[in-house]
Amino acid sequence: MSSTVRLLAVLAWRNLWRHPGRTGAILFALALGVWSMVSLAGLTRGVLESQLERAIANLTGHVQIHAPGYRDDPVVEHSMPPPGPELRAALATDAVSAWAARVRVPAIVVSERESAAVTLVGIDPAQERGLSFIPDAVVAGRYLESADDAGLLIGRKLAERLETRLGWRVVLMSEGADDELADRGVRIVGVFDAEPEAIETSYVFVGRRAAQQMLRLGERISEIALVAPERNRIQGLLERLRAAAPGLDVRPWTEIEPLLVLTEELSNVVLVIWYLIVFTAMSFGLVNTLLMAVFERTREFGLFQALGMRPQLIVGQVLGESLILIALGLALGNAAATLTLRWLEGGLDLSAFAEGFEMVGYSPVLYPEVAASDVLVANLLVLVLGLIASLYPAWRAARHVPVQALTRT
Amino acid sequence: MEPTVVCRKVSKVYRQDSVAVHALVDVDLVIPRQDFLCLYGPSGSGKTTLLNLIGGLDRPTSGEIIVDGQRIDDMESGALAHLRLHRIGFVFQAYNLIPVLTARENVEFVMQLQGVPAAERRRKALEILAEVGLEGLADRRPAELSGGQQQRVAVARAIVSEPALVLADEPTANLDSKTAENLMQLLVHMNREHGVTFVFSTHDRLVMDFSRRLIGLRDGRIVEDRRREAAA
Repeated sequence: MSSTVRLLAVLAWRNLWRHPGRTGAILFALALGVWSMVSLAGLTRGVLESQLERAIANLTGHVQIHAPGYRDDPVVEHSMPPPGPELRAALATDAVSAWAARVRVPAIVVSERESAAVTLVGIDPAQERGLSFIPDAVVAGRYLESADDAGLLIGRKLAERLETRLGWRVVLMSEGADDELADRGVRIVGVFDAEPEAIETSYVFVGRRAAQQMLRLGERISEIALVAPERNRIQGLLERLRAAAPGLDVRPWTEIEPLLVLTEELSNVVLVIWYLIVFTAMSFGLVNTLLMAVFERTREFGLFQALGMRPQLIVGQVLGESLILIALGLALGNAAATLTLRWLEGGLDLSAFAEGFEMVGYSPVLYPEVAASDVLVANLLVLVLGLIASLYPAWRAARHVPVQALTRT
Repeated sequence: MEPTVVCRKVSKVYRQDSVAVHALVDVDLVIPRQDFLCLYGPSGSGKTTLLNLIGGLDRPTSGEIIVDGQRIDDMESGALAHLRLHRIGFVFQAYNLIPVLTARENVEFVMQLQGVPAAERRRKALEILAEVGLEGLADRRPAELSGGQQQRVAVARAIVSEPALVLADEPTANLDSKTAENLMQLLVHMNREHGVTFVFSTHDRLVMDFSRRLIGLRDGRIVEDRRREAAA
């Protein structure tokens, strides 16, 4: 470090502590601002992440493959053959963590007392492990044993609505592949719980081959869903899948759930707006503190110039004070935010507002999620804009003619 | 030998509201090297204004000022700062030490701006502090020093890098007579031993007694310029 830089650093540091109360107050304000930025980002990102993960686990996956037209009209006519060797090979790579072939059609489930419109999902129970929520969601009875299992998994809420229960029989009705009514009496072998509750009333599950038999589909399926190791790095996989399944509709989760993407983008904008609001409040305090310090030390700055310090170095000294304040504020704020987020690691329980949260698809327990980019943006914003805001007091300090500053009392 | 300071027809006019105040009027002055002179005169006579102009702290309204061979009246502010840093030392009436630095650090300040290596800086600062009688007080901050001690630190700071010229504005104004006399003896010593040119502005009889040249100012004009035998 050059002797001049060392001198500026010493002056900046010691001048800050000439008024410990004032410096402490602005440090507290800076730390509070940074804490709120990072903590809010962590909570927001946590809400988003849980919403995304839940949507992906709720049968969406990272990529879905359908017959053309299925997404607009998800009926039995828009089914497709099971994956051929080329597609199977593409699904068998490390780029795919798990995949499953499903039958998924609209249906009606009728109990002795009530009926409800649902989506009938025919699954291979083993394939769903690590892919969707259903293997871990059964709270009463049992999970499906195989693709041939003709037992029914029904949501807890739907069971209540249909006034039926585990072990009872219901009738499933849908349109068969031959355009005729397809129906079958099935026994409820398991009841599942899910979040949001709408999932419990929307889906019923049977073994895939049992569904194919009922719908007279043969080997045909409605969809292939898969998850990749990282949901945001699937571009290459998509290209390989499209090449392996020409004529099929291969879509990433961002197209299947555009609302989630929009929510994420909106949250990013809200975070940046929040950052700017907090920063604006902080910068008033910072600039005010520096202006007071500059005003009080006008004579000193005149002295520095008289002794041969160039105006640029006076600007450097004031910016140095600002830099130290901001760096300390950032360190304290980040430390406080880290402690807060660590404290909330086990989840922030907002069950009291659970109904409202579930309505918008959020879990009543929020798990903060720290994104390095959020922390970096918050810190850089405070640092860079803070220094820019400090240029004004620095310029004020350096603009005096030495003799005017020295004669100021 | 080239003089340390040359002033030719130097005038300074201040504007207070719409009134023009003529602080200096056509001042001609030559200060040779190693001179030890005193500007005296009543308040408002232009002493401090002339000192500030010679030191490059202010600019003349008209006229020419040459310091150490360089014309400074139209010099760019960066070059002026460079000249002040390397060739001019200042001693102010109010000491003007930097409160957050110790006595030694205050003395090192100018050398630090000059880029003198740390070890050399420290050695020179401690030597000069000992020379001005402040041995053992190097680590005290200005608030922990008496007025006389602070003024000695200011003198040490002004002369430590051996400038061509030291400008001292009322250097004894806040000192008791004994301390003031000690200080003047110290400055005479510096003038003789280090060849530094000293220019004082003062009301103080004691400072005049120590000076070898007296320049009287009145209403912004030089009314007297005479050499004399100094007290020490």
